[in-house]
Amino acid sequence: MGTARIGWLGFEARVAVRFLREGRMQTVLIIVGVAAGVAVVAYISALISGLQRNTLEKTLGAQAHLSVSARDDVVIPAREPLPGTAALMQTQPRVQRPRSIGNWQSLVPVLEATPPVAAVSPMVSGAGLAQRGEATKSIALMGVDLDRYDRIVHLRSKVVQGEARLGPGEGIIGRELADDLGVRVGDRISVVTGSISDSLRVTALVDLGVRELNRRTVIVPLRAAQSLVGLPGGATGIDLALTDVWAAKTLAAELAQRLPYKVESWQEANSQLVSALNAQSVSTALIRSVVMVVVVLGIASVLVVSVVQKQREIGILRAIGATRGQMLRVFLLQGAIVGALGSLLGVLLAAGLIKAFTTFVRGSDGLPLFAISLAPGLALAIAGIATLCGVLAAVAPARRAAALDPAQAIRL
Amino acid sequence: MTRVGPPLIELGDIRKSYNVGLANETEVLHGVSFAVERGEFVALIGPSGSGKSTLLNIVGLLERLTAGSYRIQGEETSGLDDAGLTMRRRAVLGFVFQFHHLLPAFSALENVTLPALMREGRVAASQRERARAMLAAVGLGNDLHKRPGELSGGMQQRVAIARALVQQPPLVLADEPTGNLDRASSDEVFVLMRRMHAELHTSFLIVTHDPRLAARCDRVIELVDGRIESDRQTDRHGDLPIANVHDDH
Repeated sequence: MGTARIGWLGFEARVAVRFLREGRMQTVLIIVGVAAGVAVVAYISALISGLQRNTLEKTLGAQAHLSVSARDDVVIPAREPLPGTAALMQTQPRVQRPRSIGNWQSLVPVLEATPPVAAVSPMVSGAGLAQRGEATKSIALMGVDLDRYDRIVHLRSKVVQGEARLGPGEGIIGRELADDLGVRVGDRISVVTGSISDSLRVTALVDLGVRELNRRTVIVPLRAAQSLVGLPGGATGIDLALTDVWAAKTLAAELAQRLPYKVESWQEANSQLVSALNAQSVSTALIRSVVMVVVVLGIASVLVVSVVQKQREIGILRAIGATRGQMLRVFLLQGAIVGALGSLLGVLLAAGLIKAFTTFVRGSDGLPLFAISLAPGLALAIAGIATLCGVLAAVAPARRAAALDPAQAIRL
Repeated sequence: MTRVGPPLIELGDIRKSYNVGLANETEVLHGVSFAVERGEFVALIGPSGSGKSTLLNIVGLLERLTAGSYRIQGEETSGLDDAGLTMRRRAVLGFVFQFHHLLPAFSALENVTLPALMREGRVAASQRERARAMLAAVGLGNDLHKRPGELSGGMQQRVAIARALVQQPPLVLADEPTGNLDRASSDEVFVLMRRMHAELHTSFLIVTHDPRLAARCDRVIELVDGRIESDRQTDRHGDLPIANVHDDH
């Protein structure tokens, strides 16, 4: 058996390739079929993953992965109902006033030390009005420490005009809000909350990726917000960024158990989005598996026909000394070759489709809608799976070829 | 003929039935016994339906016998599994068939190197040389790279003979090797087999229904209705033209 090692599959490969070449049209058609299937799978995978990445980036770009806030105020019954009695109560829900997280200063380093937390940013948020001249707009006021907040939402990279800076009396506002108020970088606006009002100079305009946010956001230093909202020294929430966004849900549950605060993950805050993404992933997987099944059936049917067409040759090969195993491998190899060539072609085709998509499909602003690319790893995985599918598809025909009775096959 | 050791092949009371255990069970060989020694040139003749092809398939280890004993070089084969049978085919047998002898997708040379390829997984230079020499010996030295489709029937059959002989098996089985050829080609192929027999001392067992050819073999076994009707030595005239066979007597 020593020499058999040297030419491992030499016989099988030679015969498999010749059989495929002999089949010409049949071989070309099935390779094109596999290529089409692989192209669809690769293209859809790239498209969906690009779309999902884009959606996630847009969503998570403007919000924290995890936010900690004070628990909602609830009505506590004045007294427990007596045992055996039923209390028919009607309660007015409590007004949710701005409340500070107790002891937030000492909580920040604790959170920072919790893996997989990457960044922690305390903040004060409240509602108010922005005024300039005769224009008044309702706003969402946010007081933050710029450096900390930048690590949560990469605020600096979202600046479209000016330079992000939050010194005392300075603020950063959304792009649309600036349009509405007619302000440019360096202009002053006044911010009013309840009876308190403050004036600030706009240092930068930002585009947070969502028009509604751009229309309402005013970011000021933490201290300014504390006084505007009426929580001196307080923080209404703590924003967290994680190294792994998908860990948010478990970490939220864990923190909620450990800390007497309300902890919300981005998944809970965007539950509709998450279920939409899930539905998308499930349907992609479904489409992929259906296409793969079609590919497998296609290869299998061509090989079944080929085994019937090649009965005599199989018989002759068996008579002159080919083993059952060799005949089995000849056909398995044909499946693998068809799968491999088809997936090579399919991946190229998918790359072309993706190129076409990024070239021709543009948003209203003339820029590509979102980045979609075929990751080499994904392409390799798809090609590998398709090749494996080819081998799997060949199993039944190959077994048939191996089981052929040589005497009968020759006589036919 | 004196010999050392067991015969090359030895069949003892071979029976072969089809559809065993079913209502339409039929026995086609009813106890066939004969032996072939090394270097013999044997014709197996008989009317169609006599069981010649079945017998040849059994000798060729392509079909299993239902009862009896078949020894190759003294070794009983009836208990061997498929892999065992395949290995004995490789070691002992070469085949020449009437139709569809060659693989159409492979050139003449590739067809002749197939046995080496399936044994070693590659064709060593020495094997390729041997195949070339064998094709030259059958007169096809200039047609090495032609596909079977480009060769005449007689040429194809010569390629098949080269392929059957290239691994130098002790026994070549030929099923109507000239049955599909015109008389000239048929003579050519037969003469070639006799020559190879003379040069390489390979045993031949040839199924034929052509009495002219049978008469030119050393020994003729006649099968009728699944039984051996006669088994006789002829006078050796195999390498002489047919017309001279009787004159020479």
